[in-house]
Amino acid sequence: MNPARKRKIRLAVALGAALCLAVVLLYTSFSAATEASKPSELQPGRSYEVTGKVVESSVSRDEDRLRFRIRDRDGMESVPVVYAGVVPDPFREGREVIVSGELRGGTFVAERDSLVTKCPSKFTKDEEA
Amino acid sequence: MAGVGSACLAVGLLTALYAVGASIRGARTGRSEWVASGRRAIYCLAGLLVGAFAILEAAFLRSDFSYALVAQGSSTDTPTFYKVTALWATQDGSLLLWATLLAVFSSAVLFLTRRSLREIAPWATAVLGVVAAFFLLLMVGWENPFDTLASPPPEGAGLNPLLRHPAMMIHPPMLYTGYVGFSVPFAFAVGALITGRTGADWIRATRRFALVAWTFLGTGIMLGALWSYTELGWGGYWAWDPVENASLMPWLIGTAFIHSIMVQEKRGMLKVWNVSLICATFALCLLGTFLVRSGILDSIHAFGASTIGVQFLVFIALMVAGSAGLIVSRLPSLRSTAKLDSLLSREAFFLLNNLVLVGLCLVIIWGTFFPLISEALTGKESTVGPPWFDRLTTPLALVLVLLSGIGPVLAWRRVTPGALRRVLVLPVGMAVAAVVALLALTSAADSPASLVMFTFVAFVLAVVIQEFGRGARARGVMTGEALPQALVRLAGRNRRRYGGYMVHAGIAILFLGVAASSAFLDQRDARLSPGDSIEVGGYDVTYRRATAELGRDRGGTGAPISLGAVLDVRRGDERFTLRPTRNYYSTQDPGKGVVSRFFEGEATSEVDVRWGLRRDLWLAVRPDLASLEKAIAEGDRKFGDAPTDVQALVIAALADRYRRDPPPAAFRAIVSPLVVWIWIGGGIAVLGALVALWPSPEARLRRVRSLYAARVGRELSRA
Repeated sequence: MNPARKRKIRLAVALGAALCLAVVLLYTSFSAATEASKPSELQPGRSYEVTGKVVESSVSRDEDRLRFRIRDRDGMESVPVVYAGVVPDPFREGREVIVSGELRGGTFVAERDSLVTKCPSKFTKDEEA
Repeated sequence: MAGVGSACLAVGLLTALYAVGASIRGARTGRSEWVASGRRAIYCLAGLLVGAFAILEAAFLRSDFSYALVAQGSSTDTPTFYKVTALWATQDGSLLLWATLLAVFSSAVLFLTRRSLREIAPWATAVLGVVAAFFLLLMVGWENPFDTLASPPPEGAGLNPLLRHPAMMIHPPMLYTGYVGFSVPFAFAVGALITGRTGADWIRATRRFALVAWTFLGTGIMLGALWSYTELGWGGYWAWDPVENASLMPWLIGTAFIHSIMVQEKRGMLKVWNVSLICATFALCLLGTFLVRSGILDSIHAFGASTIGVQFLVFIALMVAGSAGLIVSRLPSLRSTAKLDSLLSREAFFLLNNLVLVGLCLVIIWGTFFPLISEALTGKESTVGPPWFDRLTTPLALVLVLLSGIGPVLAWRRVTPGALRRVLVLPVGMAVAAVVALLALTSAADSPASLVMFTFVAFVLAVVIQEFGRGARARGVMTGEALPQALVRLAGRNRRRYGGYMVHAGIAILFLGVAASSAFLDQRDARLSPGDSIEVGGYDVTYRRATAELGRDRGGTGAPISLGAVLDVRRGDERFTLRPTRNYYSTQDPGKGVVSRFFEGEATSEVDVRWGLRRDLWLAVRPDLASLEKAIAEGDRKFGDAPTDVQALVIAALADRYRRDPPPAAFRAIVSPLVVWIWIGGGIAVLGALVALWPSPEARLRRVRSLYAARVGRELSRA
């Protein structure tokens, strides 16, 4: 095989591999993605990943379940949430959380262990207590 | 003293700018006094920043709350170890640490290269000066760590309890050392591009720095994983969180770089690729530093909205555009001096490993930035979860491990199929034996991906052992040394090579741990009352009794209240006791009652782990405070005005009540097989990297000789 042809083949193989990766990335990521939503946008009958703030003095526990309300980051509209499973350490009223689940009868029923609390981290300046 | 600190930074900024100007002038005019002056300015900068760092550290140790940073991040009751480390738990302090490390590293490399690379070094000095100036500008302009408070509070807010973990305190300096370390090869690569001296000189001069950076970054990542496993209370070590990914991306590209520069050193190929890789690595290092501060991606670490996100983005964009432009304009001088002879050669496999590493990094970039990508494309912000990352990275990781076994046994240029067969017979045999044994003796077949990984790991380990064995035998025959002695001497004489093998073995072992612990993990969540038992992964776990301690936290984090549990564990004849606890830190929030303050602040899980080479038993407890709520509220009412010692008695009584009459507590128990091998493998890899880094006596001798020869040459030419 002459070198020019060889180079062309190599280029084609490399481009093909890159294209494959790109297609796989596009296809899998869009099919696996969950939409991030605000509490005010929820509709029944669909599953969501909701990001919002835990409403002050709304947290209560009964048995295994944690109940709280969650509101938009910049709004007052809130939804009640029922959650079971591990509660992350930094979970507090007033903090931002992410939780997956669906709306049933006006209550957001969360998937087990889906609650993520944002770390009031290292680099925040004025953290809410 | 805060004024002195601020002055150090301001003078430092001017010094860095002077270093840039002087070096460029020196490089353009060829006048060595300007070059030397630029270099000395960097030394001076290192001195100034170390001074500033010391002033701030002293303020933390003194608990001087007139410093805003100390008031935010420390308190008088923070244990001394955490006072020292609280400096870099703050935004401004971490920037200072970055800049200080950068100046120190830059000084080290400029000192080592002061008599060589006369053309590249001044430009590299200028690049390092620009990076330092950027960080100093951030501090002088927006995030001054020496900001003072007009009315200092009597007590500071204290270090975030989640960060009170030894691994977490060493983790940031490790990461930053890694990030900063990559700036050195980057600066010299830019210097090489500008001067057109694109041979392997700049690589030889900075190879060690790249390896140091790689080692530190890797160690930092592993410590972060350890922190996640033992402190965060969810039981995992990796969650594909944006902040984790941010540190992994430069490490992957850095790994590719460390391999591909060998091809340039030995064969004069891949020059464009190498300069691109190092520019990408450094861009990703900056991106990593930026991501954790920007708040543009949702992360469990949501590092609050920051004032310096835009500046970072602008700097990264300029850096990427500048490097790309420079590479394109120098393409003619970056032509390879050799061609790929055969696909069956070490360089071909290195190229392949590079492509896989870059592919892995692209996958992670895509997943990390997917929320932004999907918002741009569809208008809706969506995320991909860990399962997506797992699915895409697993095949690439498998290929990578396999390649790490094949690469080392291939010769440069060309290998004949016969020779390849000879070196691979034993490792392939071992891998097959491993599969058969796993299928016969374990349930590894339940997870095909893990089974493949185990096979590849066996293959890599066999390759490494075979290479050590062959070398040691050959040396033994030639020198008459006994095998163990021959083995040590062999590795001592060829440190890069055998250190590299150790790294490969370590990484293979790490993947063994990852594969086993992710596929065969057994997890149970349960609410238990004293006397109740659960069964997890063959262990019988019985909740014996509740504990409540005041001010006696075992981890030394200074937590005032620790509620916990004592659990008896049995598995066959094995019996032991685990004591997970949960620490409660008080809050200063005036809106809470005096007693609730102690319970409503931060709380952290102090998990207890029974480490084992075969499996870990991991236990976390979450006490239920519901039964105490009434008593706490009553305490708030009755003892609101009581002196603090009376309040302390109330807290003690509450703790006592919890201990005597505990409500059911929530437990999470996890049995993960072989998980400890992740850190053992990581440790072996770090050790291997150290072996590869350590200067060998021969190299030192060669350097002395060449310096001597150069001097003789000069004297002769003068005579």
